[in-house]
Order: sequence, then structure tokens, then C-alpha cells
Amino acid sequence: MRLELVKRPQRSMLFSMLSPFIAFALTVTAGAIMFAFLGVNPASALFTYFISPITEVWQLHELAIKAAPLILIAVGLSVCYRANIWNIGAEGQFVFGAIAGSFIPVMYPDLQGPFVLPMMLLMGMVGGALYAGVPALLKARFGTNEILTSLMLVYVAQLFLDWMVRGPWRDPKGFNFPQTVQFNSSAILPELMPMSGRANMGFVFALVAAVLVWFLMSRMLKGFEVRVLGSSPRAGRFAGFSMNRMVFFAFMLSGALAGLAGISEVSGAIGQLQPSISPGYGFTAIIVAFLGRLNPLGIVAAGLVLGLTYLGGEAAQSVLGISDKVARVFQGMLLFFVLGCDTLIHYRIRLVGLGAPKSKAVAKLEEAR
Amino acid sequence: MSVDQDAVNLLEVRGLTKIFGSLKACDTIHLAIAKGEIHALLGENGAGKSTLVKMLFGSLEPNAGEIFWNGQKVGITNPGAAKKLGIGMVFQHFSLFEALTAAENIALSLDDGAPIGTIAAKARALSYSYGLPLDPDSLVGDLSVGERQRIEIIRCLLQTPQLIILDEPTSVLTPQEADKLFETLERLRSEGKSILYISHRLEEVKRMCDRATVLRHGKVVGHCNPRDETAASLARMMVGSEVQAVVRQPVEGIDTAPSLLEITNLSRQPATPFSIPLKGINLSVRAGEVIGIAGVAGNGQGEFFEAVSGEVLQQDAASVRIREKNAGGLNITGRRLLGAAFVPEERLGHGAAPRMKLSENLLLSRHATDGKVFVGSGGTVNSSTIYSAAQRIIEAMDVRKSAPDPEAAALSGGNLQKFIVGRELDRKPVVMVVNQPTWGVDAGAAAHIRQALIELARSGSAVLVISQDLDELFEISDAIAVMHHGELSKPMPIAEATFEKVGLLMGGAETGRDEHAAEVA
Repeated sequence: MRLELVKRPQRSMLFSMLSPFIAFALTVTAGAIMFAFLGVNPASALFTYFISPITEVWQLHELAIKAAPLILIAVGLSVCYRANIWNIGAEGQFVFGAIAGSFIPVMYPDLQGPFVLPMMLLMGMVGGALYAGVPALLKARFGTNEILTSLMLVYVAQLFLDWMVRGPWRDPKGFNFPQTVQFNSSAILPELMPMSGRANMGFVFALVAAVLVWFLMSRMLKGFEVRVLGSSPRAGRFAGFSMNRMVFFAFMLSGALAGLAGISEVSGAIGQLQPSISPGYGFTAIIVAFLGRLNPLGIVAAGLVLGLTYLGGEAAQSVLGISDKVARVFQGMLLFFVLGCDTLIHYRIRLVGLGAPKSKAVAKLEEAR
Repeated sequence: MSVDQDAVNLLEVRGLTKIFGSLKACDTIHLAIAKGEIHALLGENGAGKSTLVKMLFGSLEPNAGEIFWNGQKVGITNPGAAKKLGIGMVFQHFSLFEALTAAENIALSLDDGAPIGTIAAKARALSYSYGLPLDPDSLVGDLSVGERQRIEIIRCLLQTPQLIILDEPTSVLTPQEADKLFETLERLRSEGKSILYISHRLEEVKRMCDRATVLRHGKVVGHCNPRDETAASLARMMVGSEVQAVVRQPVEGIDTAPSLLEITNLSRQPATPFSIPLKGINLSVRAGEVIGIAGVAGNGQGEFFEAVSGEVLQQDAASVRIREKNAGGLNITGRRLLGAAFVPEERLGHGAAPRMKLSENLLLSRHATDGKVFVGSGGTVNSSTIYSAAQRIIEAMDVRKSAPDPEAAALSGGNLQKFIVGRELDRKPVVMVVNQPTWGVDAGAAAHIRQALIELARSGSAVLVISQDLDELFEISDAIAVMHHGELSKPMPIAEATFEKVGLLMGGAETGRDEHAAEVA
């Protein structure tokens, strides 16, 4: 006996809906096995990891804080991936957006007023977009592989941030700690419901971005252009769309959203620049984008799930005494299973005997189908 | 198992069935091929011919049915097994590496590990003895399509097969090259070899084949002796009904009609090492006429189409003029806005995005020309308007489909082609450029498309048709030009054109000088 993948005539709507759930179930199962090997009770470990971090209201606020950057970045990435453009460097665009957006509060720490925050957000978006423009330019002009260039620029951005906060932008009154000044109050992103928790405007940005990009992709000619060029570039050229312009559009849109996520994180959850401002949001957002089926609305849900893996990681560390790297394991397994389960959308699995032509009964069965 | 009169048959197939999803591509096929006969397998595109031969050659596994070879039941599980039995195949689409020599390509498919020199010598000897001269040391990339086919045939013959399967072998040949191939096939028959000859060209089947098996919708609809049939009766068997003949009234006063598509000294450097450069092409298509461009595949037709459509721009803006405006520097959208419409050769992935709905594929080529209707202010797409326009086209062109607005890839080739042509006709374009309008389309749909193109021209548009199908061009064109190695001959008025004259030009008799062609004729 062997397993055979048989191509479906049409993509299966059913499995297109089910695939993320199957993937999640498989991830939880594999996670339970992993916990068992680590010597903890799988049931209570899974409870600690997935349930306990969201049992109280303030914890939901924490979830919103973690999910906001993931959703913002993933929504932008979904446009890239739909266009078949592989921006892996959102982490770098996130960092660079944070640096660009921090220019005003760091260089003019006394500047106050209602215009400060909008300016910061705008500069963060521009910074992220320009930084994403680099791999776009390299791809459009020289045909370089954007996967490599965008990824390598992540390390450049991270080291640039490191240098900035240890060097030129270090807080002179900060006892030599590698960090900038604390942003003043008009440079801080307002909290949504200060009474119940820390969640800030970043989550609202994420939701608005998701709705806007959903509208762009499903209702506008530009979204159609993205989908055509992504799925059949030659048909896109026949339609009169330019792949080079699309490379810039997709990269800079996703760069702007990653930059917005970066500056929102810094001015919201952190309040200053420091050597590390992201627990890998830019990379985790790739998983969010795919788990959300590259659909902005699906990405909102996926962002919350992946946000939970961060919180679960922290809980696992404090309650179970397991390294919080377990969060990375869960994220990796989730992506692995999502991509695996997507096979079911285009293929169905069939068991066949080796070699010999199929029996009449099986042929009949297939006929009936 | 009974060994009686079947023993004389080299190959016999009983009840062979292949199912793809819900489609029965082959449905209980019975077929017998005797030793030393040329057996034709007739059928329209999609009738199941290719599926059947793929099962015979071991590249597809049948769902049910039995195959007998010399009276013995055999299971052909892979092409290696087929070769071992003595079945050789020449595919319609060649599987050759362009950057290797002919001999190297042949060596790749032989398993005996003989040195290249030996193989080359054998191939050379064999090719001359069959009248298919071939230089084994030449690079495949430099060879014409006809010569490449020779490599495939020689490669097949070197394995000394008993049965040779040829899939649409003449579709890439000039009439003269085809004659040569027929001589070779007759010679093989006289040596006692059997040939399964797949074609939809009825004349050549009548001329050469001893028996024919006709397939329709995956079923055998009849066995016959093609020599006793007429082309019309064979066509009826293939299609299942009478095919409406295309009506073409001659045009009058065409010399004074304005030229709507004017191509002057159009040249293009090859984009890849194996693409064809265009060399100084001149052509003018006037309002009301259909001009046909004949030529063997791969002589620059694709490159020419890209240049005319604006998928590739020209340096000299005046080299392509549409409605007396320079269009060489305009992209495809700009040219469409001047009133031109284009239908490329490839349907899936070029003319249409396979995984998109028909309505979305309507927007694909008309988002700019019908921007006011299809695209709202602010760049939103008017889905309902587009949907109803798509339904209008589907009705006008009689597109058969399984859902109201299916994905393009879910349609059969012929139906998708009807939609793609209809999408452009619906605009009533002033200039229409079509590459291979009916390639792989069933006879009924092909007649529909051809008639529509003629009517478009007669209503005052200029129509340019690039096709490998000479019958088609003779049916619809008012004049025929021939493309060879990136050069275009002067258009020959249809009244003066004959298969022989066009065939000579296709084979490379000097282009651009029609007095010369006339002289040869």
C-alpha cells in the first residue's frame, strides 16, 4: 500500500476553511508529545500555555499588545505574498521604522503637542517603506533574489539600532545604559482603556489596516492587479500590469505597515528605543500571514493565536520552568503544519495497492463520486 | 486467455479505461493493431487520444482494462517497460535539450551507455537509410522544428521498436516536410513495423493509413478503412454532427480602405539564446480584411505577437502604427486604448489567469478600455457589471461551463478560447490580432470563432491572424503572408495562393519576393 496525492479538479472550499484548524490541532498534539518528553504533564502544560494566559482582562490587553504588531506586519506581507513577492525582511523594516519614527522624541525630547505623535507615526511608515524599497530596487533593477536581500537587511537594521542606542542616541543621563531618553507624554501612544490594562492604539491601527487592505485586495483594481501578477505573471503582463512597479508597491506597502508597527511598539509598549525592540515579530508575522490564508481578516484571527504563543511561552517559563523558546517551537510547528495541510486544498489523499491496476470495485467507487 | 485469431495482432487493447476525477478520459476502449499496418487514431482535441497512448506507453496507469502484446497479456507500468516490449513513441511536444547536440540527446534516452561517437555514427547511418538526413553533432537549439522531429524519430528507431506511436507528427511540418515523413512511414510499414498514427488531419489519414479508430468523448465511435471514407464522413464521425462551413464573401475596394494596422521595418533582437530575432517586418492590414500569417511553429510568430501587442515595446515608435497613430512606444494598455485587441496563443497563463473566475478574466484585458464601466471612481471594481458583461459574452459565444462563473482552468480549452476571443469581440475592436485562434479547439467551436473573425473584418475592422493551420488560413484570409526565421513574406492574395506556394515559403524559399515564389510554383 502507498499513499497517493490526487489533484482535485477545483480547489476545495471545505479544506480551504478547515486547513488552519487541522494544522492547529496537529500543533497542539505535537506540543503535547513534546511536553511529555520534557517530563511535564501534557494536559496541564497545554492549559498553562494556551488557556491560562487569557483568563483575566489585563491578560487580554497583553494579548492585544502582542497581536497588534503581528497583524499589522502580516497584513502588509499578505499583499507581497499574494503578488508572489517574498519579503522576508519585515523585521528589519519594523526596526528601521521604529528608528525613523523615534527621530523627533529622541532629537527634540522637549517638543510637545498634538502633532508630535502623528508625525512620528508618519515618519515610521516612511522609514519602513524606504527600507523596504532597497530590496525592491535591487530586484527591479538587477533581478536579485528578494528573499536573500530583504533577509540580510534585517541584520543591518538590527545592528544599526544597536549602534544608535549605544552611540549617538544614547540617553546622556541614562547611566550608560544602551537606551534612548524616555519619550515624553505627547510622544506616547495612548492606551485604549487605561482602567483595565495596557493595550494601546496599536491594536486599533492593526484592525483598521486589516480592513483597508482587505478592501484593497478584494474590491479594488489594484488588488486585482496584485492577484493577477502573483498568480500568473504573464497574464498580468498581457493585462498591461507592470511587475516591476508591483515589486515597489508591494514592498513599500508592507514596509510602511511594518514601520508603523515598529514605531507603535516603541512609542506604545516600550516608551524608548533599546537594543532589542522585537521578539521576532517580523518573522512570526510570516506565519501569521499564512495561517490567516493571506486574507487580512483571517490574519486578525491568526495574529491573536500567534500572540498567544508568546504569552504562553512566558507562562511556560514562569509556571513550568521550561524555556520560553518553546514559543518558537510552537510557531515553527504551526507554520509547518499549515503549509502541510494546504496540500489538502489542491489534492486529496488516496490509498492504492502497489503496482497492479486498480480493482473494479475501486474504479466503480470513483465513478460514483 | 484465448490465443486464436488475435495472435496476428501486434497489440490489442480491451476495455481500457482512465478516469480523471469525474471525467472519463478513456472509456472501455477496444483497439487492435495488426503487424505491418499504419493505424490511425482519429479524434478531436479532448477525445482521449493522448490519454490512450500515454497508457500504451506506460506514462499513465489505466483504471481498468487489459493490454495484449503479441497475444500475451502485459502490464505496461512505465515507459521503460513499453520500450522493452518494443513500443516507441514520438511525442507531439519534443523532449529535447536545446543546449545539447542531437547525438547527446539520443544518448540520454538510451540505457546501454554506449559512447557518444558510436551513437552518433549509428544515428547518422540510420537517418540516411530512412531518408531523414541528420547531423548528429549539431546543436538542437540551431535546428528547425522538422529537424528536431527527425531526432525524435531516429531516437525512437534506434531502439528497434515493433510499434511506433506518432502523436500529431505533421502539426509542426511544412506540407513538403510532411510528404517526406510519409515516405519514411511507408518504408517502415514495408519492413513489417506497425505504426499508430494520431492526427486530426483527415486528408493525410486517408492517404496513408490502412485502418482507423475514431474516438469521441473518450469512447470508440467506430473503426473504418479511411480509404473508403470521405473527409466529410470522417469529420462527422469525429465530431458527431455536421460541421458548419465557414462563409467568406470576398471583399471589394480593399485597396482604397484605410490601413488600420501598419507595421514598418519591425526588428527585434532575440531576448534569449533560443528565441528568434525579427528582421525588418513590413505589413499593413486594412479596414475590412483578414490577413493570415502562416509559418511553422517557432519561426518568430510568438516574438512578433509580443511586439505587435505591446508586451514588448519598440525603439522606433513608428514601427507599429494603429489607426494611423504611432504605437511602438505604447504598452499593451496604450495600444488597446487606440482600439486594438489581442488574443495570445497560450490560453492558460497568458490570455487568462487559470485560477481566476471568468468575470475576473474579463477585467484582465478590459480594465482600461472599459474603465468607466468596469472600474468605479477611486479604483473600486464594479463586480456586478463585470459579471453581467461576462454572462453576455458567454451567451454570445456559446461557452459551455459547469458553474455560473467558473475559474478559467475549469473550462475545456475550446470553451475557454471562445470566451477569450469573445471577450475581445465584445469590444468591437478596430484592430484584432489573434495568435492561433483555434489551436486545440473542437471543430464546431473553431468554425464559430473563424466566422466571428470574418464578420468582424467585414464590419470594418482590420484582422490579423497568426496560425499554423493552413486549412484555417485558407478558409478565412483575404491574403496570406508567411513567417520564416523571423522574416515575413509579402502577403499573397488568397486567389493566387496555393498550399504549394505557401508551403515553399514556410520551408524557407526566399521570402519577401513573391515573384520568386511564383516562379518556383
